[in-house]
Amino acid sequence: MLRTETLSINVGPQHPSTHGVFRMLLTLDGERVVDLKPYFGYLHRGIEKTAEQRTYLQNVPFTDRLDYICGMSNNLAYALAVEKLAGIGPIPERAEYLRVIMAELTRVVNHCVAVGFLLNDLGAFFTPVLYCLRQREYILDLFEMASGSRMTPSYIRPGGVAEDVPPEFIPAAKKVVAGLPAFVDELDQLLTGNEILMARLQNVGVLPPERAIAYGVTGPVLRASGVAYDIRRAEPYSIYDRFDFDVVTEPGQDAYARFLVRLGEMRQSARILEQALAQIPEGPVMAEGVRRIRPPAGEAYARIEAPKGELGFYLISDGSPNPYRFRVRPTSLINLQALRDMCVGHLVADVVVILGSIDLTMGEVDR
Amino acid sequence: MPSLNNLFGFLQDWISGKLSGFLPPWGVTLAMMAITIVVLLLFLVVTVMYLTYLERKVLARIADRLGPNRAGPLGIAQPVADVLKLIVKEVIVPARADVAVYFLAPVVMVAPALLPYAVLPFGPRMVPADISVAVLFVPAVTSITTLALLMAGWGSGNKYSLLGGLRAVAQKVSYSIPLLLSFLAVVLVTGSLSLVRIVEAQASYPFLLAQPLGFIIALICCVAEVNRSPFDIPEAESELVAGYHTEYSGVGFAMFFLAEYIGMFTVSAMLAILYLGGWQGPLLPPYIWFLIKVYLILCVMFWLRGTFPRVRVDQLMNLSWKVLLPLAMVNVVVVALVDKLGLRLGFLPGLVASLVVMAAAGAILRSRRPARPAAPPRRGWQVREA
Repeated sequence: MLRTETLSINVGPQHPSTHGVFRMLLTLDGERVVDLKPYFGYLHRGIEKTAEQRTYLQNVPFTDRLDYICGMSNNLAYALAVEKLAGIGPIPERAEYLRVIMAELTRVVNHCVAVGFLLNDLGAFFTPVLYCLRQREYILDLFEMASGSRMTPSYIRPGGVAEDVPPEFIPAAKKVVAGLPAFVDELDQLLTGNEILMARLQNVGVLPPERAIAYGVTGPVLRASGVAYDIRRAEPYSIYDRFDFDVVTEPGQDAYARFLVRLGEMRQSARILEQALAQIPEGPVMAEGVRRIRPPAGEAYARIEAPKGELGFYLISDGSPNPYRFRVRPTSLINLQALRDMCVGHLVADVVVILGSIDLTMGEVDR
Repeated sequence: MPSLNNLFGFLQDWISGKLSGFLPPWGVTLAMMAITIVVLLLFLVVTVMYLTYLERKVLARIADRLGPNRAGPLGIAQPVADVLKLIVKEVIVPARADVAVYFLAPVVMVAPALLPYAVLPFGPRMVPADISVAVLFVPAVTSITTLALLMAGWGSGNKYSLLGGLRAVAQKVSYSIPLLLSFLAVVLVTGSLSLVRIVEAQASYPFLLAQPLGFIIALICCVAEVNRSPFDIPEAESELVAGYHTEYSGVGFAMFFLAEYIGMFTVSAMLAILYLGGWQGPLLPPYIWFLIKVYLILCVMFWLRGTFPRVRVDQLMNLSWKVLLPLAMVNVVVVALVDKLGLRLGFLPGLVASLVVMAAAGAILRSRRPARPAAPPRRGWQVREA
């Protein structure tokens, strides 16, 4: 028999696909991947430790920078955790509605980026990315209107929202949301039935549901393996129990299923946004008496269905104004565990596709 | 006053008339050849430069952007800026390069790419050399560039470039065969390998109408031959393995770039001649019709690049050997049968036969797609009952 050797190839940390600084050590037998070792930590900024030296309110901007594509969602998860820890009173209705609106807009933003850059990795010369980014720009304009910043809003704070939205926000948001279904239809028409896309994404990166659950994978990746788990239904937070939406699940278990789930979730977000924008009441946007947050000693864990999966904050307080422990359940890192399983046995060209279909943001993996 | 139609014929006669005033006949011939070569080269270089500009503008518009618009009004000077940049850039020769092979590769890439223009007819009297085996000559000569890919991959001294070069060669060789078979179908009907005769045979209807299947196969193969998206694995930042021309900078890279766009123009010209009727067309001068048809195919190539993701290497080879080659063979047989039947109904029999074959092929391919798992039953709490 011929004696063959395996080839070790480094992919990253500088890397054509734009998922941030991430390194994979691939062991190849010819063209097939035999082993994959992920190396991360290139973007570690020590957020969890630094947060212990800051007050709860001062930590809000750190949460923006975790999964920097979805600033608002991270803010929301943290705010819920602090509210649980400190027992901060009933959140005003208007604030709750604004939170849901911002969170769902963030979901659309994230899925635009995910789908766009997945197609970029596949080689579609920038066209789908730019269509998605164009839609994202409309939403980022809304974020800027509300919070003054596009990507790091620090808008949703413990107790409510930082400040009320200007009067032109609701009509502008309604206009953007009205255009969303047409946009998703356009993407659908351009991409879903595309032969080359289907050939590149189907049966690539298969993750059976048992393995997904064993790894603790959450979010679109889990739902694309046929497990219909969505925290907004399983353990509703904020006012999600008032809205009418479907949990998008696909049986395919492959990258194509994840792509379809993200498209479907954009449609469902549009539904929720329509309802929220129609029902939003007037009123204050911050709970009464939220001054210096000094929670009693104790611990709290709050989780949300972030665009990438379950984002949780575990906070331990020792009675001081600073958290004793500020722990982030890093959605992307936990989803990343499944990467090796999904890639082994595939060709080299598929590894990048699978990485893109998991949808990682290194800010969250490394913190 | 010459009419626009035979402008070039008139120019030829006028120039040779002037020259024969003071040159012997062999001198006139030589001078005419030299002038033709210079004109062709100038035309090609300028065309290719502005083809890159057109491509960037078209791709940009497809992607909801503007494209180059800084260099000169509407970005018209962009290709000039690009050429100047490439010429003055430092040529970095890799330490492990095989120097002779490394420097010869761009030459072997560009020179054969220019040769087909000796036989491509731009109009009825506008072909430098009307040889009787032009259809054989053009693919034969452009295949020499395949060797250049291998030379570039090997000469770079970089194992990834070598792998990229090997893949590029495999791709070119695989896609040449269905391409030649579809050209064969056209030659079968015309009974001649001369490009001028083939264009003249399309006086009543272009072969596109009689052999649409052949045209589609030829179009796909042409896109693959020039390494264009969606078959641009050898040259794109192909995820991991670097392309065969990674180690080339400055003029060397410019040569590869030039050769690629010249190749694009060549294959589009071949498609226009063989399937779209070459320079045939009402009202406008023949060379204008030819250019319109070539640019039409080029725009289709830009469109494909701007829309489709890339095909994976194994899928690429599958497509060529398992789909295009059998279809091309069936196409030849069908065309031959239809021709033999001798029904004097113009392009209709061929059209109908091709459509039947395409429908059958589509059905077969669709039935062979891997099955998708069925959707799970919707559980109550997934969907909110109103």
